[in-house]
Amino acid sequence: MATVRVGEADFDIGAEMAALTAGRADIGGIGAFVGVVREDGKGLTALTLEHYPGMTERALEDIANVAETRFRLLGCTIVHRVGRLAPGANIVLVLAAAPHRQDALDATAFLIDWLKTKAPFWKKESFADGAEAWVDARIADDAAAARWGG
Amino acid sequence: MDAAVTTSAEPAAAPTGTLRVVYFAWLRERVGRGEEEVTVSAGIATVADLLAVLRARSPAHALAFSNTSSVRCAVNQEFAAPDAPVRPGDEVAFFPPVTGG
Repeated sequence: MATVRVGEADFDIGAEMAALTAGRADIGGIGAFVGVVREDGKGLTALTLEHYPGMTERALEDIANVAETRFRLLGCTIVHRVGRLAPGANIVLVLAAAPHRQDALDATAFLIDWLKTKAPFWKKESFADGAEAWVDARIADDAAAARWGG
Repeated sequence: MDAAVTTSAEPAAAPTGTLRVVYFAWLRERVGRGEEEVTVSAGIATVADLLAVLRARSPAHALAFSNTSSVRCAVNQEFAAPDAPVRPGDEVAFFPPVTGG
């Protein structure tokens, strides 16, 4: 039921929504989250996303499976980009379709919160002066994931 | 298969062979390679044992593993704790805490 994709290509939110809802009339709402590369005034020129091929897809499918046990879902989509991404570029898309809005919205938040702490991706920042730095894991992300338990 | 031949040729207690270690993100950069093979000797039963062996391999390994609180592990592509068993043929990954999304 879940669609999981990892790759360099950008995604089209409308096309992903259309694929999620194609041929069905039982969906009452779709939650969506799009993560975007942000330039926060420190001269960021790119984010480079590295991942663990094989484990990444497995981890995302596991997360989607857990979401389907915890929420009343009719389908979900996770698309995560890798490689070098410029400020303003899409990084990640999460869609969750449900009969009602609460499950759609909660599952969307759950999916992105768990993805951030349980899927093997790493971000490296590149700056205008040539400096590069791996992004540190954030305690706030652990807390966001922990609020869902387990 | 002749079971008697297999039994006599291989001591049962100590499995030998190699496992594959893979590194990601700054661990890969600090070690200076993306993967390597490790011969599984009698002293390597867990992730922690393997980590001790890797740390002694070179100054770069020692530096990469100097702060294990910022090192995570997966055995055969599943997150694993330091006391998780490792065996010949396994793929053991070491990497920093994840930062996707």
